[in-house]
Amino acid sequence: MSSSIFFDISAFAYILAMVIYIGYIAFRNNAVGKAATSVTIFGFINQSIALLIRWVNSYDYWLASHPSSAFIESLLRAAPLRNLYESLIFFVWSLILIHLIIEFRYKNRSLGAFVTPIAALTLAFIDVSGTSKEIQPLIPALQSNWLLFHVLLSFLGYAAFGVSFGAAVAYIIMITESREEKAYIFWSIVVGIFLIVLIAMGIDLLSLTAVQRKEFIQSYFLKATFRSSSGGIVAVSWVVSIAFVFAIWRFGFGLKKILTSLSITPNMLDEITYKSIAIGFPLFTLGGLLMGAIWANSAWGKYWGWDPKETWSLITWFVYALYLHSRFVAGWRGKRVAIIAVIGFIAVIFTYLGVNLLLSGLHAYGEA
Amino acid sequence: MEGERNKTSVHKIWDLFASVKLAIVIFALISLTSIIGTVLEQRAEPAKNIQILTKLFGESLAPTMYNILEKLGFIDMYHAWWFVALLIILATNIIVCSLERLPKIWKVVKEPIQPMREEQLKKFAINREIVLKGKPDKVKDAVTGAIKGAGFNYTESKEEKGYQFYSQKGNYSRLGVYVTHFSILVILIGAIIGVFFGFNGHLNLPEGAMSNVAYSGREKVIPLGFDIRCDNFDVEFYGRSDMPKEYRSYLTVIKNGREVLKKSIAVNDPLTYEGITFYQASYGLIPENFGKGIFIFRVISRDGKISNLNLRFGDTFEILNTTISGKIIDLSPALKINEKGQVFTYANQMNNPAVYIDFSESGKHKYSGWLLKRYPETWQLPEGHRVEFIDYWGVEYTGLQVRKDPGVWVVYLGCITMSIGLYIAFFMSHRRLWVRIVEERNNTRVVIGATSNKNRAAFERKINKMLSLLSKRQEGGR
Repeated sequence: MSSSIFFDISAFAYILAMVIYIGYIAFRNNAVGKAATSVTIFGFINQSIALLIRWVNSYDYWLASHPSSAFIESLLRAAPLRNLYESLIFFVWSLILIHLIIEFRYKNRSLGAFVTPIAALTLAFIDVSGTSKEIQPLIPALQSNWLLFHVLLSFLGYAAFGVSFGAAVAYIIMITESREEKAYIFWSIVVGIFLIVLIAMGIDLLSLTAVQRKEFIQSYFLKATFRSSSGGIVAVSWVVSIAFVFAIWRFGFGLKKILTSLSITPNMLDEITYKSIAIGFPLFTLGGLLMGAIWANSAWGKYWGWDPKETWSLITWFVYALYLHSRFVAGWRGKRVAIIAVIGFIAVIFTYLGVNLLLSGLHAYGEA
Repeated sequence: MEGERNKTSVHKIWDLFASVKLAIVIFALISLTSIIGTVLEQRAEPAKNIQILTKLFGESLAPTMYNILEKLGFIDMYHAWWFVALLIILATNIIVCSLERLPKIWKVVKEPIQPMREEQLKKFAINREIVLKGKPDKVKDAVTGAIKGAGFNYTESKEEKGYQFYSQKGNYSRLGVYVTHFSILVILIGAIIGVFFGFNGHLNLPEGAMSNVAYSGREKVIPLGFDIRCDNFDVEFYGRSDMPKEYRSYLTVIKNGREVLKKSIAVNDPLTYEGITFYQASYGLIPENFGKGIFIFRVISRDGKISNLNLRFGDTFEILNTTISGKIIDLSPALKINEKGQVFTYANQMNNPAVYIDFSESGKHKYSGWLLKRYPETWQLPEGHRVEFIDYWGVEYTGLQVRKDPGVWVVYLGCITMSIGLYIAFFMSHRRLWVRIVEERNNTRVVIGATSNKNRAAFERKINKMLSLLSKRQEGGR
């Protein structure tokens, strides 16, 4: 049985859920909110089924090339966390899981409007990046028992950070008072860039032929807009983007009004930001840094080599350590710590994607 | 006077290192400088980094930028004095902060919990009050049962018109932060041990060759104290593709002329002997050996006679009990057959070694063809004989990463400590609970005060549950 139909249904459901969640914030209708949650849960169930099917298929695939492999070993090697595509799918799954937990615990749906766009952007990224969706054979470096745990815990951590990012952005939107405030300018630029990349990737997707889509992302990421061969298109892209960020800056208070009229309070958002980081930080430290170091030691003979991937995960770790220390010991509150939380997730994105796309390294992810 | 001034400056330095602001500044500095270190390729040839800088700053600025960055140590920044200094400051900061705060926290941890007056209880973040039917002596068991049910071992004190039960849990969890901080120091100590008492080398070992040294950097020779020999190196591929499935080196350790250890290593599965570990890192073809290797064949005649042969280029061999002989006249490291049946060499590495054999019968030329190592169907001869191409040996080397790091166990210990520390710091909390029961008009008033240093909401839920159970039980019992 193929998993792709379930993945497609879940991707469609999440994007639909994003639209409904945003509609819910705009119209504040409870029935709309319930619809958003139902669609999200429907998508989550489909995605869980898809992940399981893919695991079973990978298991058969692994056994076909390694007939003498034991059950547990095969199960570990077949875990659907083996390449860029699978890890991004798992990131979306974890993000939605954590979002649903928070939604049920805090009895508040509004955060969905900030978390589902992260899921949608990731799904759009998967499609536009043209990363292979096939089950691929496992290269020797990835044939380790650490693969499953390292990737699993890292991505649960990333997803928790993703939720904290959504909450921190919403928090900054709610708490800023004037357009001249640095925090206000900061959020309008971050949200602006976020949306511009989403839209630009959509344009990429529309402008590409099926053959081109199979090529590696580096060759055409934002090629239809910012990196176009035509100088005119590049100039227009920049002008439109700057105008777009300006528009967000100019009309951003509308968002604040909507958020204030809902039952969310800045305190609640601050707490969600902190709680997600309090879950993400230990997970990321253990799974990302420590298990990564142990694995590196058994594969390459050094637990720490300052390669770009390692260094960027350390940078991410320091940013969140900064968040925790400034909040707890230095007693910073409010905008300043929320900005650190936002920067933290930008570092996460760079650790995961930027390093592979822009910098060299030993990691296999992003190469296939 | 002089002494006093010195003292104040010492105090100032101490205060600086005891401040979290310093930690925040160091976090930011390490992060920001590290970004530069990930953009520039570390320890690379100048040309490579000038190329990167040209992309970023343009051709005219790149050489100047390079010179500045090189002077500042950014080309090998994680070993530059200022980066090491940042790490030392961070470590000192952790130590001083802990020394400064630990005594106070230790006092809180060791402090036994005391009974409280009612006004005090009502001031706690979590406080509740309910009235139960019956006198305190009658409801006492139910109340203490509920406290125990919530997982608290309580102390009891008799009061004028009732009792007070008080208890605390997880007081040691306040130390979680310090365990985490301590683990960072342990990891740093492990890293220092590795730097001073370990080495990081490499060794390219041809099949059949032996070495008693490894190499570090460009020319530095590190004696191993024993010999290591590569008996064979093999790459396995997935199916017919060139996607590697496994790299495997068959190694033998020889000490004082005796073979003491034999092991085949693969990526993620190294060999360790006397504290020195050999990792599968790379491999390659030795061009000057290419024609001089040994062909390992297993020849099976039609009637099942097997002969194992080791041959060289140009050698002739016979198929047992026949008059057919073959002569090796050509070879390729990686041969492919296209749809038209044409053969071509497609790689410089030994991805699919092939040998061209000229077969004769009783001295008369019969036929000739390619035998490919990864294509067993090319091994079959028309008469039913079979020439299995097992290996072409002695022309490849295995690239080994050779490493000794006595600090690695200290680092692992630090990792375990950090995991425990983080668990305590984030998922455990110091909870304190006071329950006072007082007689009031033949009934009992229950006053509860409670605090938790973390995750108050969860503790509040627990107490609410405890109370609802208590009042429910009383209703049911009547």
